[in-house]
Amino acid sequence: MSSNNAESSPALGPQQHYLQALADRRLLLQRCAECGWHQFPPRSLCVHCGAGEPDWVSPSGLGTVYSCSVVARAPEVGGDYNVVLVDLDEGVRLMSHMVNHPEGSSLIGSRVSACFEPGPEGPRLVFTPVEEAA
Amino acid sequence: MSGANPLRASAAIVGVATAGCGEAPGRTEMELLAEASRLALADAGLTLADVDGLATASASVPMWSMSVAEYLALRPNYVDATMVGGSSCIGNLVPAMLALQAGVCRTVLVCYGSTQRTAVMNRAALSRARKQLDPNPYEQPYAPLAPATSYALAAARHMHQYGTTRRQLAEVAVAARRWAQLNPEAFMRGPLTIDDVLSARRVSDPLGVRDCCLITDGAAAFVLTTAERARGLRQPPVYVLGSSLSLSHRQISAMPDLTVTAARESGAAAYAMAGVSASDINVAQLYDAFSINTLLFLEDLGFCAKGEGGAFVEGGGIGPGGRLAVNTNGGGLSCVHPGMYGGFLTIEAVRQLRGEAGARQIQDAQLALVHGNGGSLSSQATAILGSGATR
Repeated sequence: MSSNNAESSPALGPQQHYLQALADRRLLLQRCAECGWHQFPPRSLCVHCGAGEPDWVSPSGLGTVYSCSVVARAPEVGGDYNVVLVDLDEGVRLMSHMVNHPEGSSLIGSRVSACFEPGPEGPRLVFTPVEEAA
Repeated sequence: MSGANPLRASAAIVGVATAGCGEAPGRTEMELLAEASRLALADAGLTLADVDGLATASASVPMWSMSVAEYLALRPNYVDATMVGGSSCIGNLVPAMLALQAGVCRTVLVCYGSTQRTAVMNRAALSRARKQLDPNPYEQPYAPLAPATSYALAAARHMHQYGTTRRQLAEVAVAARRWAQLNPEAFMRGPLTIDDVLSARRVSDPLGVRDCCLITDGAAAFVLTTAERARGLRQPPVYVLGSSLSLSHRQISAMPDLTVTAARESGAAAYAMAGVSASDINVAQLYDAFSINTLLFLEDLGFCAKGEGGAFVEGGGIGPGGRLAVNTNGGGLSCVHPGMYGGFLTIEAVRQLRGEAGARQIQDAQLALVHGNGGSLSSQATAILGSGATR
């Protein structure tokens, strides 16, 4: 993982910068240049050490499902869908949706990897299961 | 009590009232709020002319405190418009006690009203408006139900981590219904079994519709004044022995540990101010927006160890005749839940401590714990209330 200052646009605040990267199908994460702390959601300061706006890095995209809920929805408007909380290996948590998972299995504890799926409002960050060597 | 916190028992709740609980078609939330306020003041033997402090919040109107002051023709010296969701009315206590002790004001009216069930702008419309006014680009793309999915995620994690079962969650809803059956003011009083809860319409797994609080109309108001002044009023004073408010996050994805709430902090601070512990409490009113809440708060407020909330409620543990009387009005699950429920919790505790709770009265109740929750397990406010004997 490397610091990626070249990607940060001085014209945009952290929220817009993050969302624009997602629209380009890239997941970025903030990492403080002073203390090395990763944080999410993006902020204009490091809440760990108080330094100013953190750098941007490209995370591994790997993580573990922390919790999961299947939301009930009528079949005619798309049917049930899952909402997951994923703990990225960098130590931050984000809300997302899991694709390609086996039907009916418990998702909590699953190892997952970030990917993108097309959506009505542009690419959407989702997660897919990964097999990892022990 | 030597070394006691100077705020301990410095103020008392001297009047309480609810209005329009259940369904109040054709009435506005302000009309219900005003009715509850008038009745709470009458209960105390006071009038609107005595009110020089106001604490109120709305789930939808930004400058609500001014609207309330205008409607009730108040000229308050002290205003607390703190909006931390359902815990707001309990979070109002410490600032009001400080203001009373400092002589900023003499009588604080804490009030809330909602017509969430029958209003023209219903909950779905409000939810759409909130997405515009309070956008969340990190969670909204995944369409969590607000707020049910946040609580479902906490429940799923608690089940994964501690082996808590849906049946144990259902015990919470069944206990609430059994209390509601003893309360003529409760909205839902029909029979309810664990199997009924388990087979109810799914909402956001593992929570079904009977794991979720009601959506009702209703208003709650209570009156706070100094302990000295309280002694000369109409009702036996209910003293605020300790209270505290804590925040831990706003959106559920930012909650550090979904099995541990900031009730740990608010509870510890409230107990310390009151000089009591969980084992001293005779009756507990714990904000049951969802069945998982009650388990989390039983644990975080020290009634049982972390992870043991499910076992604690098994076999009717928190229902009538159980090991701890919890949510004796029937709770948000079966009595009343008009959006923000903190005031109603407080009022039920006051009724228990005054011995006015009828068929659901806890014998010799002297110490009550009230715990409010707001947002997505985000704000937690605890209060320890006591009868005159505890002062």
